[in-house]
Amino acid sequence: MNPIYLDYAASTPLKKEVLDKMLPHMTAHYGNASSIHSFGRKQNQTVDQSRRLLAKLINGSYDEIYFVSGGTEADNWALKGIAESYQEKGKHIIVSNIEHPAVLNTAKALEEKGYEITYLEADAEGLISLEALKEAIRKDTILVSIMFVNNEIGTIQDIKSIGQLCREREIIFHTDAVQAFGYINIDVKDLNIDLMSMSSHKIYGPTGIGGLYIRKGIKIKSLLDGGAQERKRRAGTHHVSGIVGFSEAAKLRYENLNALNDEMQKKRNYLLETLKKNIDIKVNGHINRHPGSLNILIKGIKGDTLLMNLDLAGIAVSAGSACSSGSINPSHVLLAIGLSKEEAKASIRMTIGDMTSYEELDYVVDKLTEIVTRLLK
Amino acid sequence: MLDKNKVVIGMSGGVDSAVAAYVLKEQGYEVIGITMKLWEEDEENYAEDYGGCCSLSSVEDARLVAEKLEIPFYVINYNEQFIETVVDNFIDEYLSGHTPSPCIRCNKYIKFDELLKTAHSLGAYYVATGHYGIVGYNEGLDRYTISKSQEKRKDQTYMMYSLSQEQIKHTLMPLGVFETKEEVRQIAEREDLIVARKNDSQELCFVIDDDYVRFVKEHTLKPIPKGKFIDTKGNVLGEHQGIIYYTVGQRKGLGITFGKPMYVVEIRPKTNEVVLGDNEDVFRSELIAKEVNFITFDTLEAPYKCEGKVRYSSKTSPCTLYMMDNKVKVVFDEPQRAVTPGQAVVFYDGELLVGGGIIE
Repeated sequence: MNPIYLDYAASTPLKKEVLDKMLPHMTAHYGNASSIHSFGRKQNQTVDQSRRLLAKLINGSYDEIYFVSGGTEADNWALKGIAESYQEKGKHIIVSNIEHPAVLNTAKALEEKGYEITYLEADAEGLISLEALKEAIRKDTILVSIMFVNNEIGTIQDIKSIGQLCREREIIFHTDAVQAFGYINIDVKDLNIDLMSMSSHKIYGPTGIGGLYIRKGIKIKSLLDGGAQERKRRAGTHHVSGIVGFSEAAKLRYENLNALNDEMQKKRNYLLETLKKNIDIKVNGHINRHPGSLNILIKGIKGDTLLMNLDLAGIAVSAGSACSSGSINPSHVLLAIGLSKEEAKASIRMTIGDMTSYEELDYVVDKLTEIVTRLLK
Repeated sequence: MLDKNKVVIGMSGGVDSAVAAYVLKEQGYEVIGITMKLWEEDEENYAEDYGGCCSLSSVEDARLVAEKLEIPFYVINYNEQFIETVVDNFIDEYLSGHTPSPCIRCNKYIKFDELLKTAHSLGAYYVATGHYGIVGYNEGLDRYTISKSQEKRKDQTYMMYSLSQEQIKHTLMPLGVFETKEEVRQIAEREDLIVARKNDSQELCFVIDDDYVRFVKEHTLKPIPKGKFIDTKGNVLGEHQGIIYYTVGQRKGLGITFGKPMYVVEIRPKTNEVVLGDNEDVFRSELIAKEVNFITFDTLEAPYKCEGKVRYSSKTSPCTLYMMDNKVKVVFDEPQRAVTPGQAVVFYDGELLVGGGIIE
C-alpha cells in the first residue's frame, strides 16, 4: 500500500480541476493584475471572477472579499485591524480558549499592546456558552472572535446565535472559518458575520492563499501597506494562480456539498465504528461536528508514540501541535475542554478527505489495532 | 516481539551521532533517528548557532542528516523526565556542596532508559548513540560489557558505569571501534553529512553558557549565603561567595590572596564553610562510593583489585575495592588529587568497564 493520508485537516492535495485552472496562470498568463496593459487586464479579470464566485458562495458582495496569503494572515488582519481602528470605542476583545494559535497568539500580542482579552471557556464538547458570552460583553468591547469549526475536534459552533447576539449589542463579530468554509453552507448576512477568515489549502486548493470577508462599512487598519491592491486595504501583487485555484476549489466543494459531505461522513463513521469493535476508544468533541473529523482518546498509549508507529507503517495522522523544533505538545484544545494532560497526550486526530477509500480505512483499522495491542501489552 | 534488526539512534545534531547513524545503516540495520528535546532554553536569548543540543539549529542539523541518510526522523520531548531525573539532582547536589556529573544520570535515566522505552515502543530492539565505547558480551563472565573505545582521547565509558545488564544488552555503539575521531569526521565529510566541521559540544547541554552558578541561582529559591573560608586547622581566612562557587581542588577564583597558592580542600554545607589548604591537602587515597553499580559482576563480595579514576579527565590508577554495607570503600595505591563529592569514581579492569559509584 502507498502511504495513507488521514490528515486532511492539516492540508489537502490539489484536485485535478484546481490544478488545471491554475496552470495557465503560471505559464501562459503572467502579467501583474494591477498593470493597465492586456497582460495585466487578463489576470485582473481572473481575479475579479474568482472574487465574485467566492462572494456568491457566502451571500456577500464581491467588494467584501479580500485576498490574503492564508488563514493566518486573515486572522491577524481581522484582530489587529479592528483593534487598531476601534480603540477609541474600547480595548476589550472576546475570543474563545479553543481558537487556533493564529487567533490566540494574535490576541496575546494585542494584550502586550494594552488590549484586554477575555478567553471564553469551551465546555467538555467544545461549545461556547451564549450566556457566558452575554456576560462577558462590556461597554468597551469592540470585537468578538469565535471560530466556526474547531480544527482539532471538529465541533461546530452555534454561529447564528453568536452572530445575532453581537448584532444586537452592536459589536463586531469575526469568525475563523478556515475549517468551515467549503464544508458548511455559510450565509454571512443570515449569520450576522462581520469578518470571516477562509483558507484555500483546507479545501483542495493551493497553499499560500486565503480570504478575509469584511462587511461593507467596517473600518479596518491595513496590515500590509504598499500598492493599491484590494481596494488599497491589502498591498501586494495578486497571486493569480492561487486565487483562481482557491475559487475553483471552493466551487467544486459547494456545487456538490451534500453528496461530498455525506460520503465523507459515512467514511468517518465507518472508521469510528470499525475501530470501536477492536479498540477501547473515546471520542473527543461534540456529536455535531465536521463530517471528516475524528479525534479519539486511546487510554494507556502515548499519542506521539502512536503517531510514529503509524508513520512507520505508512499512515499519516496528527496529534497535538508541533513546537518549533518538531516535538509534539499536547493539544491546547483538548486541555481546554477538560482532558487531563495524560488524556490529551493519549489522543490522536484523524481526518477523512474527499479521496479517502474504504480500502485505506480497512488497512488503517488493521494497523492501528495491531499497534495499539502491542503498545498496551 | 522486538526486531533485532531495528535500532533507534539518538541524534544530537553533532558529527558523532550522524556518523553512527550512517554506520548502522551501512551495517544493514533499519535505523530510526530521534532527537531528544531535553531542555527548553528561552529561544530569544541566545544566538541560533550557539550549538547547545536543544537549539533549533542542532535539531535542524539532525533532521538534515536523517534526510540525507533517508531514515525516518522524529523529535520527542523528554523535558519533564529530564528535569525530574537530571536537572533537579544537579541543583540539589550543588546546594549540598557537591560537584555533580549530570551526564551520568542522563545516560542512566534518559538515553538508555526513556529513549530505550521509545525504541521498544517502535518495535526496535536496540537503542544506539554516537558515544565512544565498545559494547560486547563476555562469555566467561556471562555478562554484557562495555569497554573503552579505541580512540582513547574520546572514551566516554566513564559516563556509563551506572548502566544495567538490561540496558547494555539493548545498546549499540558503532563508534567505539574507530581508531581516531578524525576518521569519524572524514566519513562525515565523504558522505556529505553537513555537520562534519562542527565543533564538539563541550558544555552541559542545558547550561549552554557554562555558567553553573547562574543556572543554580536561577532555578532555586534556596538562599546561597556567603560564609567563611577556613584553613585545615579551623582558622578563619576570609569570606566565600556561596558554596556553589567552588569545587574541590580549585585554586583560581577564590577572591583572596595568601602569598602562596591555596586550594579548596573541602566544602562543608552544614556550617557553610569552605576549607582551604596546600596542594598536599588536596590529595587522598581513600574514599567511600555510594549508589554503586557493577557491570562485570553482580555484587562485590571479596576485596577486588582494579584501576579507578575519580574524574572523567584523569588516567586510571590501581586501587582496591572493599564492600561496606551497600557502599564501597575505595583505597588507591597512590593518593589521588581532588577527590570530589558528587563526582563519580569509575573502575576498570584493563579495557573493561567494571562499574562505579558516586563519591561521598
